[in-house]
Amino acid sequence: MIRVAVVRFPGSNCEPEACRAVVRAGGEAFYVWHRDADLSGADAVILPGGFSYGDYLRSGAIARFSPIMDAIRRHAAQGGPVLGVCNGFQILCEAGLLPGALARNAGLKYLSRPVDVRIERNDTAFTSAYEVGEVIRIPIGHGEGRFVASEEILDELETGRQVVLRYAGSGRADAPGNPNGSVRDIAGICNREGNVVGMMPHPERLAEAVLGSDAGHRVFTSLVAWGSIVGARTE
Amino acid sequence: MSWRVNVRILPRAGLLDPQGQAVEHALAALQFPEASNVHVGKAIALDVAAPSAADAEAAVRRMCDKLFANPVTEDYEIDVETGGAA
Repeated sequence: MIRVAVVRFPGSNCEPEACRAVVRAGGEAFYVWHRDADLSGADAVILPGGFSYGDYLRSGAIARFSPIMDAIRRHAAQGGPVLGVCNGFQILCEAGLLPGALARNAGLKYLSRPVDVRIERNDTAFTSAYEVGEVIRIPIGHGEGRFVASEEILDELETGRQVVLRYAGSGRADAPGNPNGSVRDIAGICNREGNVVGMMPHPERLAEAVLGSDAGHRVFTSLVAWGSIVGARTE
Repeated sequence: MSWRVNVRILPRAGLLDPQGQAVEHALAALQFPEASNVHVGKAIALDVAAPSAADAEAAVRRMCDKLFANPVTEDYEIDVETGGAA
């Protein structure tokens, strides 16, 4: 069974939701503290949302120096899956594990709402249970979610197929496209190797039908499926 | 020697600065038509122990690159003055 570490920073949120979503998908999940030096043998890592270190200086700017980040760097370098959600995405960018940065929303407001996002690739450990082109509605909750990068980096992201999620205008008033001004409607990206994924929307917040939708559930079934494939290979 | 160093961090030129735009609109509403090109950033002041002003500036430049500023979204300027707390 895949073992997933959910990292807790001071100011993290939705870590219980992330653990629960992993367990419901058939995995095992446990917390690691940001001051821990290792991942307790985890097969995958989730950096949750929230406001680590109060977003002081910039979102994720101080969390990237937490001792656990060295272990995450090693895990990522060995090809281990890492998912950063919201503040976790901001931390991965600040840490240089993903390119670009997340700037203040174009409309300046903190946005807490559902958004429609299109799955751009399903060959990552976190999206394999979706279809490419499929549009799912999951929530965002952020003030600094406007993805920015130089044109050069953006072109690299496109040619390297590193855009994983894009805001999708559904044409409906309750979920317009691109809520925050992100360049090229980017809502989530991965590194070149595809094992480190960051996304602004929160799939763990909408991962069971009792909440009205389980649109985010397959992020976690994807991860559990990845674990069984890798587990079968190594046995 | 101790130096007083002031760092000004501003959104990278050419990047959308919604905060600067909002302040510019407020200035227009307050009848300051002479104001334009408004940007909002942050200021960091610190004392730095270093043998020379150039060394102090070099140290703070490294701090900017590692921590104070995000190289993707922000530019910074450094001013070094004498008179930091000993």
